[in-house]
Amino acid sequence: MTVLPFDFVPLWTLILGFGVFYYVLFDGFDLGVGILYGFAPDRAARNLVMNSIAPVWDGNETWLVLGGVGLLAAFPAAFAIILPAVYFPILAMLLALVFRGVAFEFHYRDVEHRTIWDHAFCYGSAVATFAQGVVLGAFIQGFQVDGRQFSGSAFDCFTPFSLFTGLALVCGYGLLGAGWLIMKTEGELQTWARRFGRYCFIGVLVAVAVVSLWTPLIEPYIAHRWFAWPNIGFLSPVPIVTALLALWEWRSLNNRSEAAAFIGAIGLFLMSYIGIAISLWPFIVPYKFTLWQAASAPSTQAFLLVGTLFLLPVILMYTGWSYWVFRGKVRADIGYH
Amino acid sequence: MPTTAAALSPLLLSRLQFAWVIAWHILLPAFTIGTASFIALLEGLHLATGRDVYGRLAAFWTRIFAIAFGMGVVSGIVMPFQFGTNWSRYADATANVLSPLFAYEGIMAFFLESAFLGVLLFGRKLVPRWAHFVAALMVALGTLFSAFWILAANSWMQTPAGYVIIDGRFYPADWLRIIFNPSFPYRFAHTVVGFYVTTGFVVIGVAAYYLRRGRFAEESRTMLSMTLWLLTVLVPLQIVIGDQHGLNTLAYQPAKIAAIEAHWNTESRMPLTLFAIPDEKNATNRAAIDIPDLGSLILTHDLNGVVRGLKEWPRDQWPPVAIPFFAFRIMVGIGLLMLALVATSWWLRARDRLQAVWFLRLCEFASPAGFVAVIAGWTTTEVGRQPWTVYGLLRTADSVSPALTGIDVALSFAGYILVYLAIYPVGLMMMARIVRRGPAEAPTEPIASGRPEGPVRALPAAGAEDSP
Ligand code: HDD
Ligand code: HEM
Ligand code: HEM
Repeated sequence: MTVLPFDFVPLWTLILGFGVFYYVLFDGFDLGVGILYGFAPDRAARNLVMNSIAPVWDGNETWLVLGGVGLLAAFPAAFAIILPAVYFPILAMLLALVFRGVAFEFHYRDVEHRTIWDHAFCYGSAVATFAQGVVLGAFIQGFQVDGRQFSGSAFDCFTPFSLFTGLALVCGYGLLGAGWLIMKTEGELQTWARRFGRYCFIGVLVAVAVVSLWTPLIEPYIAHRWFAWPNIGFLSPVPIVTALLALWEWRSLNNRSEAAAFIGAIGLFLMSYIGIAISLWPFIVPYKFTLWQAASAPSTQAFLLVGTLFLLPVILMYTGWSYWVFRGKVRADIGYH
Repeated sequence: MPTTAAALSPLLLSRLQFAWVIAWHILLPAFTIGTASFIALLEGLHLATGRDVYGRLAAFWTRIFAIAFGMGVVSGIVMPFQFGTNWSRYADATANVLSPLFAYEGIMAFFLESAFLGVLLFGRKLVPRWAHFVAALMVALGTLFSAFWILAANSWMQTPAGYVIIDGRFYPADWLRIIFNPSFPYRFAHTVVGFYVTTGFVVIGVAAYYLRRGRFAEESRTMLSMTLWLLTVLVPLQIVIGDQHGLNTLAYQPAKIAAIEAHWNTESRMPLTLFAIPDEKNATNRAAIDIPDLGSLILTHDLNGVVRGLKEWPRDQWPPVAIPFFAFRIMVGIGLLMLALVATSWWLRARDRLQAVWFLRLCEFASPAGFVAVIAGWTTTEVGRQPWTVYGLLRTADSVSPALTGIDVALSFAGYILVYLAIYPVGLMMMARIVRRGPAEAPTEPIASGRPEGPVRALPAAGAEDSP
């Protein structure tokens, strides 16, 4: 094997970090819309709510594949350890996504059972979100490892903490979804979206506070990272910016701005994401494997990098185009049905 | 007799679970890859000739495609996660070599498909006609890229090349040899043509269904005639590629061929076994119907060719015999029946009797044949690869996630069984309903003014139920 002189790990960390964040935002809002769908006042509203994401959900979900396969490609040891460790949350997420995904089509066709697919859509979105939150909580708590493989039980991942992060993510995606709907709808439906946005926002606020207190209590590594001097000085902007963003988000939910609530919610997610990244750096399997220890062969990373650097901008471009085609307030008449 | 403990082995259950999810998944690519290309063809013809019938047909197949594609996506997302949850040792060992192939499938194929799918399905009124055609073309191209990469990965597992092994893990040495590994060209050609053939038989089945009932005569005649011409080329081609594929397998996976042929002893002038009941314990065939010498002729293209039998390999490297043996015969049998049907169509066409009722009935009856052949073909390939995941190098038993218990996998397998059994029949029912309603209803022209019909109103039954 040729030894490559370049360290690709930081670049891959950035790419994967971007990919996962993109997924969280984009599938986050459409899973959130799915959760809120269950609370929509009537049939006409439900149709509009679903139409607001029908042309884009498939593309959003593709980032989940990229996240999974990207992890396998860049940090295979992490993929091999984490997935068996969160066996059941992953199972629940996949099955929920199956239900939710087919509901987009079945909901129009299967007239007699329409209510079943309404439920499938809403509960599927909620379960998938909750499961992702459990994965996040389990990830923060770390896994039992033997060599390059997981050695604990598939049930280890269910802890009070991970169940709580599951609920927290439901509120978070709900907030993103509400922000999206405020942007894409008008009139009564928009008022409704604002109301549910406020409920979710309060949930998010509580969740962020609780998780911030709970995490350093259970993870001494993180406590040390946060509170040891001088880190505490560098890190203090994170909670301050978060608090300011929260204030702004609350006002946007209540005033007449159209896009601000969505942007504010993105900001809140970004801050939480940065917070987690700072806390766990440089681990990809928390407290066991660093990014460098889990990395794949340099020639693997190089080979994939060539295509990725070329194709990622292209993907973003034509994805952007397809959002552009469906820009503006959601219309009742799109569709081939 | 398997004991309860053995029945709950995480290895066996993971294998069954994998076979279950991939078999359901493959049914959809088998149809969407063909349909996507067919829709692009129809949209192109519509654009070029301006004939309305092509537009109506494109819109019709797009509605069916949407359902199949949605199900293909959700059943596909399940797949890469299987590698992590159930086959983590395999994932870790092969990641350096295989993961870029999966990742390229994602960034080249899935994004192309999904971004343009929205425009194909929902954009008819929002973009110009040529852009809609481009969207159809891009979706079709995406499905083909997808097949390219996933089959490169699968073929590498069958005939690994271009790697080195360090500490029990594979490392890439030559990417071109990894991607274009020895069985890849054959597998790719055979699978894609097989998928086109599968779709073709669905299309003629639907056309025949309408013609027998005297509905949508223009659309149906176009579909029937056009598709039978396509099949005239593709079915014989598929058989030729299959033969070549078999020669390739003989060169690189001789034990698999021995299993496919239920061939135990190395011999020249090997007979062709048409039917038998393979008896693995005693390494012999019961109730065999043999044709002398033909086996050597087909496999080596030489009457005196020597073909190695299973006894050349140690027992612990034998694949199961009965499954590939029967699966292969099912596939080849269907291939020959398809050829017979297509040949009949030439004969009828020459007499201008393509719409003879008995022939239409035959077409309807044959419409699911491709799916059976595809499943049979994959079963042959995958079971014949056993007991390896990476042929000759990594055993299936050493691929499974070490921490899994039988209970874990039993629970997840039960989940997949229940969910797929709930989803697939509904999907099938819904596609059948679109077929029953027919192509004429498809609105092909943008509605110029006034309030266009909403998705709900476009469905008469739904409109009635849902009007406030
Ligand atoms: C020869 C074709 C073929 C084969 C053997 C497979 N697939 Fe597949 N797959 C496709 C052809 C395809 C496709 C035609 O491209 C699909 C069907 C519908 C779709 O959205 O794309 C697809 C969908 C699809 C998706 C969803 C993509 C999206 O989000 O749009 C994933 C993640 C996979 N597949 C992964 C797999 C894996 C891991 C497989 C094997 C272990 C596999 N597929 C076998
Ligand atoms: C799409 C059609 C496919 C079908 C129907 C199929 C079918 C099967 C079946 C029946 C088994 C079980 C074999 C046994 O237990 O004896 C199996 C195993 C397996 N296949 Fe496939 N397969 C397909 C494609 C693929 C592809 C594309 C890949 C990889 C990229 C793949 C990777 C595997 C792996 C890792 C196993 C491991 C378990 C085992 O070998 O038993 N398969 N498959
Ligand atoms: C008489 C005709 C046919 C012959 C001789 C033939 C031969 C073969 C051979 C030798 C294999 C490879 C097994 C291995 O891995 O060694 C194969 C696989 C396969 N066949 Fe066929 N086949 C025929 C018809 C068909 C038809 C009609 C279809 C579908 C419509 C089909 C679909 C497949 C598929 C999906 C696979 C698995 C993928 C692959 O390994 O290429 N085959 N076939």
